[in-house]
Amino acid sequence: MVDLTLTELRDKLQAGDVSSVAATETMLARIADHDGEIQSYVTVTAEEALAQAAEADRRLAAGEKGALLGVPVGIKDLLCNKGVPTQAGSKILEGFRPPYDAFVVQQLKEAGAVILGMTNTDEFGMGSSTEFSAYQTSKNPWNVEHVPGGSSGGSAAAVAANMAYGTLGTDTGGSVRLPASYCGVVGVRPTYGRVSRWGAIAYASSLDQVGTFGRTVQDAAAMLGVVAGYDERDSTSIKTPVPDYEAALTGDIKGLRVGVPKEYFVQDGMDEDVATSVRAAIAKLEALGAEIVEISIPHSQYALSIYYLIATAEASSNLGRYDGVRYGPRVTGKDVIDSTRRTRGLFGPEAKNRIMLGTFVLSAGYYDAYYGRALKARTLLINDFKEAFKHVDVIAAPTCPSTAFRFGERMNDPIQMYLTDIYTVSLNLSASCGLSVPCGFDRDGLPIGLQLMGNTLQEETLLNAAYAYEQATEWHHKNAMPAGS
Amino acid sequence: MAELTIKDVEKIALLARLHLTAEELADYQGKLTAVLGYVAQLDELDLEGVPPTAHAVFQQNVMRPDVINSVLPNEEALANAQAKMDGQFAIQAVLDE
Repeated sequence: MVDLTLTELRDKLQAGDVSSVAATETMLARIADHDGEIQSYVTVTAEEALAQAAEADRRLAAGEKGALLGVPVGIKDLLCNKGVPTQAGSKILEGFRPPYDAFVVQQLKEAGAVILGMTNTDEFGMGSSTEFSAYQTSKNPWNVEHVPGGSSGGSAAAVAANMAYGTLGTDTGGSVRLPASYCGVVGVRPTYGRVSRWGAIAYASSLDQVGTFGRTVQDAAAMLGVVAGYDERDSTSIKTPVPDYEAALTGDIKGLRVGVPKEYFVQDGMDEDVATSVRAAIAKLEALGAEIVEISIPHSQYALSIYYLIATAEASSNLGRYDGVRYGPRVTGKDVIDSTRRTRGLFGPEAKNRIMLGTFVLSAGYYDAYYGRALKARTLLINDFKEAFKHVDVIAAPTCPSTAFRFGERMNDPIQMYLTDIYTVSLNLSASCGLSVPCGFDRDGLPIGLQLMGNTLQEETLLNAAYAYEQATEWHHKNAMPAGS
Repeated sequence: MAELTIKDVEKIALLARLHLTAEELADYQGKLTAVLGYVAQLDELDLEGVPPTAHAVFQQNVMRPDVINSVLPNEEALANAQAKMDGQFAIQAVLDE
């Protein structure tokens, strides 16, 4: 049962071949056996999971069918899960038990999914490796000496190691696509507003979006179909019906126009194996009937700068709420300001770094020179994407210039760490959707991801392109930690 | 801005309400200077007349009916607080004497 995909398990649940309780017990045993090493979960909620599974079995027995009914899944530690410690990878939220569910968690629970626990993340989603989690560092299931990517590294590793049939993450600058690429799984980051952000602990509100992980494109699509949707509690969520994403997976991409942006293949430090695999994947799309079009996203070379100015500015504002009054630990000093400062000293190094940068670029005398310019440059980048999508249906590029790096390699060099995200951040700044799908392995056996980007709310086209590629290749049959390992 | 001084970093830390050790101040001085050096690439762009973008998926005047929905009971709203008094969050005294 360990090696089943989400959709295979769902078929068996609906046929009555297996029970949700049995599937849940299998996953919990798997976590007990392997997560000591992989460290993908920060909190495992075994008791709640088994109760949810028993309830799902009752619904299944009554003949109910649902995309995730009875399916055990994991959720990122910054999606509020009522009554369960939700700590955003941060000491400043240690012990926080949300009094309500995030929209996406509500959606999962109503759909009858079984929540196995909370998966590890860099503090507040700020990082590319999970090394900035205050609690633990997750390992890459393909090679435990390498990072799983971040910030949703726990979610990606859990799926890659068969410790969940699907997981949720969040993607502010690539935090779903990057770990999906590093861990050899599928990670989907829908259009901003496609999924309500209610109850998703905020990092950068104009960029944050919940995304999904699966071993296959269909698995990730099934997860997205359940968590997507409008919600009046998030004024930026889009009021438009959620399509049947799984039904969109026909595998037919004849005539699909695939844009290849030249800027995404010239990065210094681009790994040769990554370039070769991604080019081969694009050739495969062409062989399947797609038309390959060379395009240009000229301002993508500025994307990382725009991203770090906007994201840190928004973060400095969002993280202003952590003062030890309403939640989280409190450190008492000589007066209110001193207490606030000492309490906020509980933030980890990268959160502090980003709060400091964001505070600076918003401060008097520097706002126009930094934040103001970044907002304008963002417009130019968005225009590049608008222009590109006049000529193509999807854009293909590497998810990341390199494969999973070793622990510690980029910890003390923020520029090197930030460059990890160079190919993912543009999408967050624009109104596009995107995903990473496995497209090969490097010389050391580490996975490589093909990034596909789609136009605003064109998730169906995007997912179908990835599905066509996936079904024509063997990568999704490779397993980092098969049953019995 | 070419390089931030320790004084600059201290000022930012105060604005951000962060308590930083001397070691951290020096560390952030280097890291922030490096990042500001990198983002200086935006100076190349001619942004005259370009409108700023705050949200990529533009929505305007999002409204919902002004009705009271379910609200958290007082006890639940206070459950995560370190200190409470008379059904409210308790903080350190702001005014002394």
